[in-house]
Amino acid sequence: MGKKLLLEHIDVPGINTLSVYRSKGGYTALDKALKTMTPDAVVEEVKTSGLRGRGGAGFPTGMKWSFLAKPEGVPRYVVCNADESEPGTFKDRYLMEKIPHLLIEGMIVSGFALGAKSSYIYIRGEYFYVARILEQAIAEAYEAGLLGKNILNSGFDHDCYVQVGAGAYICGEETALLESLEGKRGNPRIKPPFPAVAGLYGCPTVVNNVETIAAVVPIVNMGGAAYAGIGVGKSTGTKLISASGHINKPGVYEIELGVPVEEFIYSDEYCGGIKGDRKLKAVVAGGSSVPILPADLILKTANGEPRLMSYESLADGGFASGTMLGSGGFIVMDESTSIVKNLYTFTRFYHHESCGQCSPCREGTGWMEKILHKILHGHGSISDVDLLWDIQSKIEGKTICPLGDAAAWPVASAIRHFRGEFEEFVRNGHSIKDVRHYYRLNGLPEPAYS
Amino acid sequence: MQIDQKREIRFSDETMATVQKIIKRYPEGRQKSALIPVLHIAQAEFDGWLSPAVMDYVASIIGIQSIEVYEVASFYSMFNMKPVGKCLIEVCRTSSCWLMGAEDVVKHIENKLKIKDGETSADGQFTLKTVECLGSCGTAPMMQVGADYYENLTLEKVDSLLDQWKVEGKRSRYC
Ligand SMILES: Cc1cc2nc3c(=O)[nH]c(=O)nc-3n(C[C@H](O)[C@H](O)[C@H](O)COP(=O)(O)O)c2cc1C
Ligand code: FES
Repeated sequence: MGKKLLLEHIDVPGINTLSVYRSKGGYTALDKALKTMTPDAVVEEVKTSGLRGRGGAGFPTGMKWSFLAKPEGVPRYVVCNADESEPGTFKDRYLMEKIPHLLIEGMIVSGFALGAKSSYIYIRGEYFYVARILEQAIAEAYEAGLLGKNILNSGFDHDCYVQVGAGAYICGEETALLESLEGKRGNPRIKPPFPAVAGLYGCPTVVNNVETIAAVVPIVNMGGAAYAGIGVGKSTGTKLISASGHINKPGVYEIELGVPVEEFIYSDEYCGGIKGDRKLKAVVAGGSSVPILPADLILKTANGEPRLMSYESLADGGFASGTMLGSGGFIVMDESTSIVKNLYTFTRFYHHESCGQCSPCREGTGWMEKILHKILHGHGSISDVDLLWDIQSKIEGKTICPLGDAAAWPVASAIRHFRGEFEEFVRNGHSIKDVRHYYRLNGLPEPAYS
Repeated sequence: MQIDQKREIRFSDETMATVQKIIKRYPEGRQKSALIPVLHIAQAEFDGWLSPAVMDYVASIIGIQSIEVYEVASFYSMFNMKPVGKCLIEVCRTSSCWLMGAEDVVKHIENKLKIKDGETSADGQFTLKTVECLGSCGTAPMMQVGADYYENLTLEKVDSLLDQWKVEGKRSRYC
């Protein structure tokens, strides 16, 4: 069993309530920080821990915190990114729903470390009921003097609010999130200035993912050095992985970074193997945006080393043969999966979610969706596959925010690793129609799949 | 579908109190931040969609121009700019759900309710919409109705839910 820092008490009945959370050691990190540490000391512990942002980009959190501008007389904000809309990712929902006080405690400790009197949790609108759970937890915290004025008699004041979005993946991008929080359309801002200098309402702001902020709690409790001792190399600590697709045990798993991918997929402690003992075909390891890898390359690097669940190992080989840990949205596909059709669902997603500010992304995503639709319906040609490649290469790196890259990478990697399947579709599109789910859902024996 | 044109666009006193509380949680001069939360409340209160009259009303409460409300409302996919049925069924169609059979769920609902994706049934009871990933990929396929998630769907499960909703005239529940 790997070490659990965030989900250790997740199955304790009533852990969503303040009293049970406290009985399991909850709010000791807040107590420790407020009574025995200076704000800078908390930032130092986070730096020492080697914690990297869990929202997707993996930027070192301590470094981000130390960039925060601190002009006299200007308020600072902590904003929690709970937009969680990257396909394949559902870990933040699980954490907030089951153990909301862990996030609230993390928010208050982060607020203390950064000198922020107010913080906002920006949660995607579809998670209505999770927002209610958080509000309930916040109300409990106020009642117990853990939020509000003079928290635990320390002289530190902090208010925390929940803000709901309204359905827009782009609002997970931190500057679009801030725009949305200001009551505007979710159009990403041009950087610089970075939020650390001019964020919410033009004030210095730190934006962190739910899991990142929650991880601050065990870091303060155990000390940054002890946290850094968990994991492998620069991938310190634990990571929540959302596992979905053709596996026996989909769900959220907290892993010690460095678990071999093969163990993660096949061990009963995690995914429990492929459904129906089918063969593994491909994995999207870190949410829809990261490159898809075929079975051989996800299990082993191009050098034949076992691939590990860590930032470095998953990225080994660059985009030629590697991928990224991303948000930890781990989508597993068995041998019957049509990579072309899966790519179509991704590309349709990015087209739907492009905010429309930058032409390459706005036009390119729609164009790629149309081409894939054409290929899927048996009207494509080989030159369409080349055209897809060309379009994605002209989106990547040419947009204000990384949504353009996120739309390009799945296309590039699917063609890079599965070009033959695209060509097969072009030659004989209709024969690969995907009907087996109908049989699966109805519990009927599946016809032979050719 | 029937739209009650004469309905007065005004929050109840209770709702107005909630709205005022939301408006107060932002710093002075930043009341526009309340726009999205208040639009959610307005949509839930006024038949599940945002008519121009409703948006103008929200603008007047927050103290901003109507155009500022229109441009925001039209950006976010959860805001309905056209009337929807009493029960809005949103089925996720993205990768993990597709892998687990979301297409069959959609087809099944289409056949059963005799409407296509994006349409509303003639009696105004149901609207069907396919949507993008709702963060329920590990419990796929799934659909959302109002604030409620229905997960690990099978066609039988969908059948019995739809039958039940037809009988009870289900309304989406927002919270
Ligand atoms: C299109 C797009 C969508 C994103 N969605 C999310 C999201 O849903 N949740 C999240 O935490 N970060 C998301 N991010 C990353 C954020 O911009 C930002 O890097 C992150 O919130 C920083 O927090 P972290 O350092 O704790 O990861 C997204 C980025 C992009 C470009
Ligand atoms: S893919 Fe359907 S909920 Fe994520």
